Amino acid sequence: MSEIVPPEVRPKPVVPAKPSHVAPHSSGPFVPSPQGTGGEGRGSALLGYIGIDTIIEQMRKKTMKTGFDFNIMVVGQSGLGKSTLVNTLFKSQVSRRTTSWSRDEKIPKTVEIKSVSHVIEEGGVKMKLTVIDTPGFGDQINNENCWEPISKYINEQYEKFLKEEVNIARKKRIPDTRVHCCLYFISPTGHSLRQLDIEFMKHLSRVVNIIPVIAKSDTLTLDEKTEFKQRVRKELEACGIECYPQKEFDEDMEDKSDNDKIREAMPFAVVGSDKEYQVNGKRVLGRKTAWGVVEVENPNHCEFSLLRDFMIRSHLQDLKEVTHNIHYETYRAKRLNDNGGLSFQTGATV
Amino acid sequence: MKVLTVTVCSRDRWPPTCFSFVVFCESCLLKPLTVFVFVLQQQKNLEGYVGFANLPNQVYRKSVKRGFEFTLMVVGESGLGKSTLINSLFLTDLYSPEYPGPSHRIKKTVQVEQSKVLIKEGGVQLLLTIVDTPGFGDAVDNSNCWQPVIDHIDSKFEDYLNAESRVNRRQMPDSRVHCCLYFIAPSGHGLKPLDIEFMKRLHEKVNIIPLIAKADTLTPEECQQFKKQIMREIQEHKIKIYEFPETDDEEESKLVKKIKDRLPLAVVGSNTIIEVNGKRVRGRQYPWGVAEVENGEHCDFTILRNMLIRTHMQDLKDVTNNVHYENYRSRKLAAVTYNGVDNNKNKGQLTKSPLAQMEEERREHVTKMKKMEMEMEQVFEMKVKEKIQKLKDSEAELQRRHEQMRKNLEAQHKELEEKRRQLEEEKVSWEAQQRMLEQQKLDASRYTHVNKDTPEVC
Repeated sequence: MSEIVPPEVRPKPVVPAKPSHVAPHSSGPFVPSPQGTGGEGRGSALLGYIGIDTIIEQMRKKTMKTGFDFNIMVVGQSGLGKSTLVNTLFKSQVSRRTTSWSRDEKIPKTVEIKSVSHVIEEGGVKMKLTVIDTPGFGDQINNENCWEPISKYINEQYEKFLKEEVNIARKKRIPDTRVHCCLYFISPTGHSLRQLDIEFMKHLSRVVNIIPVIAKSDTLTLDEKTEFKQRVRKELEACGIECYPQKEFDEDMEDKSDNDKIREAMPFAVVGSDKEYQVNGKRVLGRKTAWGVVEVENPNHCEFSLLRDFMIRSHLQDLKEVTHNIHYETYRAKRLNDNGGLSFQTGATV
Repeated sequence: MKVLTVTVCSRDRWPPTCFSFVVFCESCLLKPLTVFVFVLQQQKNLEGYVGFANLPNQVYRKSVKRGFEFTLMVVGESGLGKSTLINSLFLTDLYSPEYPGPSHRIKKTVQVEQSKVLIKEGGVQLLLTIVDTPGFGDAVDNSNCWQPVIDHIDSKFEDYLNAESRVNRRQMPDSRVHCCLYFIAPSGHGLKPLDIEFMKRLHEKVNIIPLIAKADTLTPEECQQFKKQIMREIQEHKIKIYEFPETDDEEESKLVKKIKDRLPLAVVGSNTIIEVNGKRVRGRQYPWGVAEVENGEHCDFTILRNMLIRTHMQDLKDVTNNVHYENYRSRKLAAVTYNGVDNNKNKGQLTKSPLAQMEEERREHVTKMKKMEMEMEQVFEMKVKEKIQKLKDSEAELQRRHEQMRKNLEAQHKELEEKRRQLEEEKVSWEAQQRMLEQQKLDASRYTHVNKDTPEVC
């Protein structure tokens, strides 16, 4: 996979739409596309080429050197294909699959939080990907408050970051363990959301970016899929649950239209697989059943490619930004207000 | 070789027509030979046709006239395709599309709903009762969600027990639950704690047949693994699911073995008809193919249907009657006799002999009659009172009228009196006037007379 994806960082420079004369760099045939968005204020006409637009290139070089963190949490009942989906998303065995249930791997009595980190590299860009799994969620007979351990974990990460930030001698780059994105797996009953789903999302949509996905969607025919999605969307609206991308954070019309398109297609009906099969001479990722092969990356079969493009190719940075600027800030403000001051040296625990 | 001693040991397992003889040979005393001799049972060959070969037909005709009953319970979380499967099994729309699906039914507690339908096929009637359990396993806290189900099954057993213990038991409707289809979600991992708990509590009360719902989610390999895992867990927790009976018939035992290998059955339900290669089949249409419901390679639906309806329906009823019901009954009666008679008032009648029961029934009857009599008396009294009241009223009315009339009469009388008085007065005055007039006249005449007499002074 040496395909280079131009990083769609959303810059706010006042760059007039002028083709750049930047010579190609040694790092690859990269041509910075003029991103003339966000023209705030009046762009004064430049009398010559200054070179402000090389900032994109500079940012890119920096990012490549430092790499970046991305933390994704997967929540859902056992057996919904969470680990398989994460593996499919990042095309590598980032999550240990629990297909073979030996007697030691019983369903845990309480929700556990297991996080596994990998460093994956693509096109010179290093990403430290952390997958946080939540085995035991929703599997008991009595599932009251099974979201509490998860909520606690997320707040702990915010707390860690806050502590680092408030330090007098700060590290140059604070390790970011905050959860940037939470994929919530909805069971494909075809009827509506379960009570547990609604409760979880109510409690956590204000704390973290939730992206609901319909798991194992090869159970549903096309009609059932559209109906189910509509019903889920209506229910989410009725309960006042805002999933990512949140409407209130749309910055301009372009954002809004993009995000509206995404919101119409949510929740994504996905199928995960890491096995390859031959279909029409091509090797595709899929699931082979007695009546056909479900192709994972075929948009007619399931919406996995939509989800992947959305999450990784277009909104990855935005997920991080929303987490940092909004969720973390909310936490921070609450924390500082509650304490009435900074008393972190004493190790105040939340 | 002379036969010295013969010991006969017949093995119970073998058909009773087989005996084994231990033969001691004279020449080889050390080596007894066991000779197996098959002795045919004494069959009498009939000469002529007696006709009891017609017995099965009589039984058949009687049962067909009577019709059959079957109660099927479906348990599972919502959205697992229970209603669709029932519709597919019996090819009727028991749950029509307008039936409010789980999205419209907001249930806070588990309910138990019964729907009855009478199906006819080839002259045979089947009264099918489907017991549904909406709300099972849907709440956040599902502890004791099996309790309503257990209560329902027990109450049906109790009804049957009471009906059986009555003196007059001509009509014994059998509404006991004959079979429970338990739907397992196709997670691919194993049984959930809820599944295990439920099955542990119900395997002694009803025939449980576990099914893997929505089996088109799983690929064949995943399905195999999942089934193995489930069977392992079922054995581990010592859950007694419905066992298929052993048969002597070769073909049947082959069938039974086939079913046993594929337990728990992975089913797909659908009633929509789709064209595949020119054939019209029931199935589910996906962009990548059509999952056929009745195709044995796609899912085990045909096996389930054949087993449930075509071959083992009677056996399910028998096992319910002989095993589960008897368990319940013995437990119930043991509890009652242990705790004394007064355990439950309405269960007390079970320990009495029929005579005592008859006494009691008679007493009941008498009390009923008395009550009825009392009631009738009451009603009679009430009616009498009413009538009296009415009569009184009319009497009062009459009295009033009488009074009024009298008053009227008196008034008239007075008037008349008045008038008479007036008349009298008038008469008197008139007479007075008359007299006066007369007097005047007299006076006048005297005056003139006087005048005539005295022609004097003028």
